[in-house]
Amino acid sequence: MRWIIPALVGIIAYAGCAFGAEDNACLTAASLVHADFPLTHVAAALKNKQLDIVVVGSTSSILAGATKAAAYPTKLEAALTSRLKDITVKVTSFAKPRQTAADMEKDFAKILMDAKPALVIWQTGTVEAIRGIDLDEFRATLDEGVDTLHNGHADVVLMNMQYSPRTDTMIAAASYADVMRWVGLQREVPLFDRLAIMRQWYELGTFDLYAATKNTDMAERVHGCLGQLLADLVIDSAKLAEVGSTGSSEPKDIR
Amino acid sequence: MAPAVTVERDLRLDLFRGIALWLIFLDHIPSNIVSWITIRNYGFSDATEIFVFISGYTAAFVYGRAMQERGFIVSGARMLKRAWQVYVAHIFLFVIYMAEIAYVASSFENPLYNEEMGIFDFLKQPDVTLVQALLLKFKPANMDILPLYIVLLAAMPPILWLLLRQPTLALATSALLYALTWQLGWNFPAYPSGEWVFNPFAWQLLFVFGGWCALGGAERIAPLSRSWVTIGIAVAYLVFAFLICMTWHLPRYAHFVPKLLSEWMYPIDKTNLDVLRFAHFLALAAITVRFVPRDWHWLKSPMLYPAILCGQHSLEVFCLGVFLSFAGHFVMIEVSSGVAMQIALSTAGILIMVAAAGLISWYKGVEGRRPGPPARPPGATLAGGEV
Repeated sequence: MRWIIPALVGIIAYAGCAFGAEDNACLTAASLVHADFPLTHVAAALKNKQLDIVVVGSTSSILAGATKAAAYPTKLEAALTSRLKDITVKVTSFAKPRQTAADMEKDFAKILMDAKPALVIWQTGTVEAIRGIDLDEFRATLDEGVDTLHNGHADVVLMNMQYSPRTDTMIAAASYADVMRWVGLQREVPLFDRLAIMRQWYELGTFDLYAATKNTDMAERVHGCLGQLLADLVIDSAKLAEVGSTGSSEPKDIR
Repeated sequence: MAPAVTVERDLRLDLFRGIALWLIFLDHIPSNIVSWITIRNYGFSDATEIFVFISGYTAAFVYGRAMQERGFIVSGARMLKRAWQVYVAHIFLFVIYMAEIAYVASSFENPLYNEEMGIFDFLKQPDVTLVQALLLKFKPANMDILPLYIVLLAAMPPILWLLLRQPTLALATSALLYALTWQLGWNFPAYPSGEWVFNPFAWQLLFVFGGWCALGGAERIAPLSRSWVTIGIAVAYLVFAFLICMTWHLPRYAHFVPKLLSEWMYPIDKTNLDVLRFAHFLALAAITVRFVPRDWHWLKSPMLYPAILCGQHSLEVFCLGVFLSFAGHFVMIEVSSGVAMQIALSTAGILIMVAAAGLISWYKGVEGRRPGPPARPPGATLAGGEV
C-alpha cells in the first residue's frame, strides 16, 4: 500500500512532466513530500526577503569525494533561489561525519547564536541505528533539540536516514525512523522522509541504489533531487503558515 | 492439586507457529514486495508475538507434563538443554551473518553510502565482536528473537514450577514484573550501546501467558474469551489498529488521527511489548480461537499440512528461515532485485522451509521421534525436540 499508491501517483506525475523541467526523476517521489505543519519563522523570513537555513547532520549530508556544491544543502540553496525570486537564500551546512543527534544537539545553542537561522534542517538517525543507541534516549535528544531550536526562534525540519538496499538487513533503521516520525507528529515539525523517498526511487528504478561504483555521478543526481524536493517541502510548509497564520509559533510542551 | 495437562497436541499451535515462521522469513528479506502480505502492516502486533506466545504455550505443555512425571530437576535440566540448543543455533546463525556482512563489506562501494559503511566497523575488531556475540550482547539486526527465547527457556523451570502450583499467582507475578519493567526501565545491556531489542523482562509476559493458557488457563477464561462481547471488542480494536496503520503507510492521512490520541498512543514500543501490541495479539487470538476450533477439519487437510509441518520443527525452520533471508538478500545483490525475483525468492524460501521440515519429520520418524500425538511412550523424547 505504501508502495503502490505513491508509485502510481509518481508514475503519473512522471509521465505528466516528461517534457517539463530538467530533472524529472525527482518527481517520481514528489507525492511523498507533503507539507503537514507550518513553518512560521520561514514565512516571516520570506517577508523580510532574507532566508537563512542551517543544515546539521552527519556524513550523508556531505557527499564525500565530490565537491561541496554537489551535496544536497547547496542544491537546496540553488532550488530555493531559483524559485523564490528577489529573496536572498543562504544555506549553511554544519554537517560532520559520524555525528549522533546528541553530538549535534550540543552545538545548537552556538549555531543559533552565530547563524541566526529561520530554519534548521536536522538530518539524523543513521549513526544511531548503526550503533544501536537506545530509542528512548534518541527520542529524548530529538525532543530537547527541537525545543532548543524553537526557543531560539528557528523552525525545524527533521530528515531521516537514506534508503540503502545493500545494508538494509544490517541496519535496523525502521524503529529509529518511527521515533523521528512520532517526534515530528507530536512536536508539529515537518519530516522530510528521505527513507521513503529513496526507497521509492529504488523500487521504481529511478536510481539504481544497488550499484557498486566509485563514481559520484549517481550520488550527485540523488542529492540534486533531494535538494529539489526539500525546497518543495520548505516552500509548501511556509505557505501553510501564511494561510493559517493564527497558529502560534511557540513549541507546544508535551509530557 | 496440579491442574491437568491436556494430553493431545493442539495442531492449531503448529499451524499458527508455522505461519508465523513464514511471516518472519518474509519480513526479513529486505525490500520484499511479498512482505506486504504480512500482518505487521495491518496492525500493531506481528509474527513475533505469535511465535513467543506459542513457544510459551508448547514449552509449558511439554515440560509441564515432564515436570509432573519426572520432577523438577529432570525437567529443569531438559529446559536448560533446550536453551543451550537454541544458543548454539543462534551462534551458528551469527557466523553465517558475519560471513555475509564481510562479503558485502568487501564488495560494496558507493560514495552515496559512506555513512552506512559504518556498519562494517565491527569487522575491524573481531575479538571484541565475537566475545560480545557469545555473551549475547552484540546482536545484529533481525537476530534478536533467539536470544529472547534463550533467556525465557533458561528462566522457565521456576516459572513452570509456580505455574503448575499457583497458576494465577504465576501470571500475576509475570504481570507485576512487566509493570515494574515499564516503571523502572529494566532491560539487558547490549553492545556497542543501548539495550536488547526484545526486552526479556517485558516479553516474558506473553511467554508466561502462553504457558498459563496451556496449563488450563485457556479453559478457565473460555466463557469470557468466547463471548460475543469480547469478539465484538476484539473486532473493533483490530479495525482501529488497521486504520491507524494505514496512516503510517499514507502519511497524508495522519491528520485524521486526533492529536490527543497520537500523544497518548505513540510511540508504540516494540522493545518493551507495548500494551497496544499485547492487546492486538489478544484480539487476534480471541478471534482465532473463536472461529478456528480445535477439531477444525481443515487442520487435517493437505492444504495446511505444510504450515503445520513447519510449526512442528520451529527451531530448525526458524534458523533456516533466517539463513534463507540472508541468502535471498545475497541473490538480490548479485542477480536481480526486481519484483519478479522478490516473489520467486519468497516462494522458493517457503518451499525450502517446508521441504526441510518434511525431511526432519521423516528423519525423526525413522529414529522413532515423530512429533504429534500418536504412539509414544508417556513422557518420551518430545521434550528434547519440538518445543
